[in-house]
Amino acid sequence: MQRCFTPQGRSVRILFEDQPVEAQPGDSVAAALLCADVVWTRSTPVSGAHRAPFCMMGACFDCLVEIDGVPNRQACMVEVKEGMRVRRQQGDAFGELS
Amino acid sequence: MTANRLGRRRYRREADLIVIGGGLQGCATALFAVRRGLSVIVLEKDSVGRHASGVNAGGVRRLGRDPAEIGLSDRAMALWRIIAEIVDDDCGFKTLPHVKVAETDAELETLVERAATLRGMGYEHEQVVGRSALRRLLPAVADHCVGGLTSLDGYAIPWTTTAAFRRKAEAEGVLFREGTAVSSVASDGAAWCVTAGGAIFRAARILNCAGAWGGQIAAMVGDHIPIKAIAPMMIVTQRLPPFCDAVVGTVGQPLSFKQMPNGTVLIGGARLGHADAEAGSADLRFDELRRSAKTAIAVFPIMRGATIQRCWSGIEGRTPDRLPVIGRSPRSEGVFHAFGFSAHGFQLGPAVGEIMTELIANGSTQTSIHAFEPARFECVANGPGDH
Amino acid sequence: MTLYDVAIVGAGPAGMAAAIEAAKVGLATTVLDEAAQPGGQIYRGIETACEARLAVLGKAYRDGATLVRAFRGSGVDYRPGTTVWHIEDADPGFVLYASTSGGSVALGARFLVVASGALERPTPMPGWTLPGVMTAGAIQILIKASGALPRDLVLVGSGPLLYLLGAQMVAAGRPPRALVTTVPPSRYLTAARYYTPLSRAAHAYLIKGIGLLSRLALARVPIHSNARGIRILGNDSVTGLRFFSGGRDREIDTNMVALHQGVVPNQQIGRLLRCDYLWHAGQHAFAPEVDRFGETSRVGVFIAGDGAGISGAVSAKLSGRLAAWRIAQHLGRTAPDPGPALAALRRDRAVRPLLETLYAPSPEVLDPSDETIVCRCEEVTAGAVRKTVHDGAVGPNQVKSFLRTGMGPCQGRMCGLAVSRIITVAAGGDPGEIGYFRIRPPLKPLSLNELAELELTDAVE
Repeated sequence: MQRCFTPQGRSVRILFEDQPVEAQPGDSVAAALLCADVVWTRSTPVSGAHRAPFCMMGACFDCLVEIDGVPNRQACMVEVKEGMRVRRQQGDAFGELS
Repeated sequence: MTANRLGRRRYRREADLIVIGGGLQGCATALFAVRRGLSVIVLEKDSVGRHASGVNAGGVRRLGRDPAEIGLSDRAMALWRIIAEIVDDDCGFKTLPHVKVAETDAELETLVERAATLRGMGYEHEQVVGRSALRRLLPAVADHCVGGLTSLDGYAIPWTTTAAFRRKAEAEGVLFREGTAVSSVASDGAAWCVTAGGAIFRAARILNCAGAWGGQIAAMVGDHIPIKAIAPMMIVTQRLPPFCDAVVGTVGQPLSFKQMPNGTVLIGGARLGHADAEAGSADLRFDELRRSAKTAIAVFPIMRGATIQRCWSGIEGRTPDRLPVIGRSPRSEGVFHAFGFSAHGFQLGPAVGEIMTELIANGSTQTSIHAFEPARFECVANGPGDH
Repeated sequence: MTLYDVAIVGAGPAGMAAAIEAAKVGLATTVLDEAAQPGGQIYRGIETACEARLAVLGKAYRDGATLVRAFRGSGVDYRPGTTVWHIEDADPGFVLYASTSGGSVALGARFLVVASGALERPTPMPGWTLPGVMTAGAIQILIKASGALPRDLVLVGSGPLLYLLGAQMVAAGRPPRALVTTVPPSRYLTAARYYTPLSRAAHAYLIKGIGLLSRLALARVPIHSNARGIRILGNDSVTGLRFFSGGRDREIDTNMVALHQGVVPNQQIGRLLRCDYLWHAGQHAFAPEVDRFGETSRVGVFIAGDGAGISGAVSAKLSGRLAAWRIAQHLGRTAPDPGPALAALRRDRAVRPLLETLYAPSPEVLDPSDETIVCRCEEVTAGAVRKTVHDGAVGPNQVKSFLRTGMGPCQGRMCGLAVSRIITVAAGGDPGEIGYFRIRPPLKPLSLNELAELELTDAVE
């Protein structure tokens, strides 16, 4: 994905798998990751297949990630915040349990 | 082949036995009865396993049963161990410990007494465990828990089990009629005539396995069996790493807790929603479910991070003494009852199937079912049909 | 616990219009919406869109700003970022449980307006779970909310949104690589039957459609029509698309595919509340049984907008207003005469049979091949569903019990219609009779701890 309009406001920096990702204010976490050319954002608990955001409107749950240690967050429904730490949800969501 | 087409092809209305209710009890009896050479029709008002049999917690539990039920429960356990041979499906059955957790010394004391009482009756399956043994069984249990009572019982998948009995029974010649609600039962002198779904079905013998609706069916043949529809509630979480290989309950709080092989956790217990037997619907009560969530987190702090995937409730029939109704109709020759399992009938299912078949085919059974006598409520009734 | 006259779920065109009217007649109104800003999916990001983005998205989008401003000014109790996860009966009315920034609240309301809109129709086809595959609606959301467009995208499917999105991409200077439609040319003739020149609204929609197509043609976007045997290629992510069109097999290299087969009513809340649903053959979807004002079979529950049957944003606004006025009437308030709005609704909906016929979903996604994954959450294939039907499962809820379809986090949003349809074809019968999944709370996954800490006042008990 590529930004096509001049960004408004100061960019927001989040961390994805410990790597910095530049996002625009108002971006969902999913949009920010797609714009950073992240290909996949979770693996499934059933087969381990890779998945990425699909519907962007909170319906498909394929964009589940771990945000600031909390698993099962819908990346498309959460707005980016400076310093947010995002991780891929690998198979089962263990979060703070692991 | 769809059920519809199958039904049309093998449409019969006469049989040796009509089973009313396609839950586990009804399906198990149908299977054992057809193996005894009886022809059987099962009439189910919704679909097989739609209510209590399909949505219960799946505990194959002897632990904590009323002493009157232990003989029956033991017989059932022997059948569960060979369930795959009976229905050609393992039903997800796994032997594993059930544990009732004591959170205080006073609670543990009640468990010690219980175990002693059972030993006095000759039953050895329930064992008291102290602090460290409890942690060997349940490594994730909260620090404050002091001990428990355990029994090596098991677990099975309710829906799969009921469906397996049905499939096997159908394959061996039982006719299942789903979406066929019974509206009346009457004798024509020679046989019982059951009106259901606009048709009349005839059989010399009738078995009422109608669960929460069993009281209504009983009333049709003049028996008074009070039964209340209740709605036990369940929570299932998203997958968690394996941390619990036992079915867990608590002494002080109604809780039943089980982690499934796929990692999801099932939280149930005696907390009840709203049951509407007439509409066939059960509504959740989140004010009550909230307490189950609290209890689960209190006993397993690891659950604080769990995510609820789904909650549901199903309709169960509960008797005033919370013991099932198993036996002959007190008033009507050829009519038998097996219902009112009061939210703990799943484990008993296979044994009930055998026992009812013995009663129906031979006239007697060697397992004691005296405590479940359908006539036990008659003395408090004013007469037949009093509801 | 606060008791509102009306709780509106969703702040899209229907929800906002209902809220504005409810506020005008003095009803105590709350609006609960999952998104951070009002607008729903159609007007997503409208409050923050720059002029260039507005220009790309077109007039219909821009027009949403007026509605959003009126909504902001209406004075209703608007709760953004709030996910309703359960609704239960209470006396009077209903209790809504909603999660907001980590905690849950319970709210009371005498009446409900469910304005939770539409979902993309499930489009199961080989490869549709690969990273790089998104819905057309998702791409639009990326444009609206983040001003982002794919570098390389193939649009696949059927429906007006596909053309609109293509034209918007052209306007943004990022035309799609290709448009692969599943619409056979003969459909234009079949659909023409529903064209009534007398309907000005239908005419306007058609003119708009022709405009979109000509923009795609001018930008020289290759259009492949009547595509069959569509497969999305790739192992770990999309590498291309293969299909049969124009008499031969074709393959396009791409790393992004957008799928669309129209949108369908979001049934989650209506089904949870056990409102009656009917099969809408024209829309190949279930729609709630509602009266002219949107009231369902459940007294006090209204469904407005696309959730009551797909009619688009203009109708959504009208139906939101009508629901609010009807509720006002029930509560003894004076409401405007609904006559003109009812007439406008009829006119606006006149184009639907034409669009439904022309852009009917591809048979391939309605009854996908055996190896195609239908349930994305539990990775269950169409073949597994068919086998379960042959083994005796009579409906979606039995299939769910056997296979866990619809038991994953999306709760059937992505597979429900496909599962019902596959069962219908495999077992024979009518989709209305086969039915749909029973919807269980929570409507969205909820932390166990959040439930444990749920604060309830006496009013709920």
